[in-house]
Amino acid sequence: MAVQARSRSKMQAETTYTVRDTTLWRKRVSKTLIYVLLIVLALVFLAPLLWMLSTALKTEGDVSLFPPIIASNPPQWYNFVTALIKVPIPQYMLNTVAYCAATIIGDLLSSSLIAYAFAHVRFRYREVVFILVLATMMIPYQVLIIPQFLLFRSLGWIDTYLPLIVPTYFGSPFLIFLLRQSFRMLPREYIEAAKLDGANHLTIWWRIILPLSKPALAAVAIFSFMYHWNDLIGPLIYLNTNEEYPISLGLSQYTAALGGTQWNLLMAASLVALIPCILVFFFSQRYIVQGIAVARVTTNERENANA
Amino acid sequence: MDVSNAQVLDTSSTQASEIRRQPRRNRSGRLEAREARAFWLLISPWIIGFIASTGGPIIASLVLSFTDYTGTAQFPTFVGLQNYQMLSIDPIFLKSLAVTIYYVILSVPLSLILSLLLALLLNQRVRFQGVFRTIFYLPSIVSGVVISLLWQWILNPDFGLLNFALHFLNIPAVLWFQDERAVVPAFVLMSLWGLGGPMVIFLASLQGIPSDLYEAASLDGANNWNKFLHITIPMLSPAILLNLITGVITAFQIFVPAYVITQGGPNYGSEFYALYLFNNAFQYFKFGYAAGQAWILFIIILALTILLLQLSKRFVYYES
Repeated sequence: MAVQARSRSKMQAETTYTVRDTTLWRKRVSKTLIYVLLIVLALVFLAPLLWMLSTALKTEGDVSLFPPIIASNPPQWYNFVTALIKVPIPQYMLNTVAYCAATIIGDLLSSSLIAYAFAHVRFRYREVVFILVLATMMIPYQVLIIPQFLLFRSLGWIDTYLPLIVPTYFGSPFLIFLLRQSFRMLPREYIEAAKLDGANHLTIWWRIILPLSKPALAAVAIFSFMYHWNDLIGPLIYLNTNEEYPISLGLSQYTAALGGTQWNLLMAASLVALIPCILVFFFSQRYIVQGIAVARVTTNERENANA
Repeated sequence: MDVSNAQVLDTSSTQASEIRRQPRRNRSGRLEAREARAFWLLISPWIIGFIASTGGPIIASLVLSFTDYTGTAQFPTFVGLQNYQMLSIDPIFLKSLAVTIYYVILSVPLSLILSLLLALLLNQRVRFQGVFRTIFYLPSIVSGVVISLLWQWILNPDFGLLNFALHFLNIPAVLWFQDERAVVPAFVLMSLWGLGGPMVIFLASLQGIPSDLYEAASLDGANNWNKFLHITIPMLSPAILLNLITGVITAFQIFVPAYVITQGGPNYGSEFYALYLFNNAFQYFKFGYAAGQAWILFIIILALTILLLQLSKRFVYYES
């Protein structure tokens, strides 16, 4: 009796064991499948960038081989030097750095001040005005560029960076939105305490809000940098002098300068233009990803709440 | 003292005498007015910017679209609806509209579905999730000119990487940007490389779905497909709508790749809406004509957004 009972319980144990084993096995297979799929896709996504690097390091003859080879032997590191001599990439980069610095300061100051008003200054129709700010994000820029161009031309600003820099000192809707979301999370007690001490709004904004919002300000600086570093249309409309071009516009003229055939040099130059963006991205990924996700998802909830 | 505190005091002392209440209300009213003034003062940069670079220009471009303005010192003449009439029979304009719609219809659903699948894959509690996310997101930060040059090279008919891959699979070479039939799919392919943007939004929404929903469904005997269909999709629907709307708007305004790679060719096969508008305005200086085009685009985008928002009311699920 006792033996039978024990063997039955042993059998039961065995069956449960095998059931668990198969589910475990199935899980393992699906996990492996997911990893294989992810790795393959990651390679597909990386391939263009690797192909860019590989082309940049090839001799001109090796570029036009079919089927292509992975790399010239030895790698042509000198291509980078040639590319930088043939087209004034360093000049373009310096122009872009100065341009981006000016616009980042503008975006940070103006958008944070406006966002502070929308987050912490009481006004009955504040939300209505804020909807208007958000609504301007939906307007396609094509409707605006012609009158803007005519306005800046009448001010004599053509072929200067002023039409590209000055507007950033008047706030950008997306950045205002982003900062407002984060300013609202700050503990109200700090602001109340400062008010009791007789601080005015500008003092509260500068001495309390800004020091407490460094991550959000970092996100804004990054978005601003990425946007202006990559923007082509603005420079294309307003700038005429080659030496003053930013990297985006300079590079787009590069095909012409190289006759559209020297792909190794073109890729070398593109890679150099890419490096600041990639560096900024790697050092600030957290802010970018969070910024985008939070802002976009909340915008959407907002729109719905207002609909 | 803060306004809200003042108001609290105000209501709590309603039983108090008139004499005591009167000055309090005045004081809170004064505070309110002062705060309102501060509010307008603080947002004044935005108001100035709005008038000068958004509100003003919208009206100005509408007015311009009824004129033949060419950017000279000469005062523009009013021509009524002539620009719009000419646009309606301009073969290049009609082709640019058709080509752009083709691009939108092809690229938006593909990008939406693929970015969702990618986000689902990444959400499967994998190791190195951060590394994978970085890799998939990386291309979407290098927008514009560099991407265009790179893809022009990848899709090079003779020595490009993609035609090599096709050759490997025994598929004949495609001329991509040089073939009128292949040029729009080539741009779509290129745009798909940047689907990291919508993917990040999907991923954030997926991570916001409470896990007890799935546990409850498991207890009720739901399988994975049921869970996906009845939990994941409804919970993701706000993000789907968001990505759909932003996707349609950005796709409709595609400009940089076409400007850099094809300049609208071959045979206007990639003369996208924004490119033809730009050429009319800043190459041929037909400001009035281009302003008309811009307003048509504005109305198309507005109508599409409203349509999508209306349709979404039936399909989008909001928690609160």
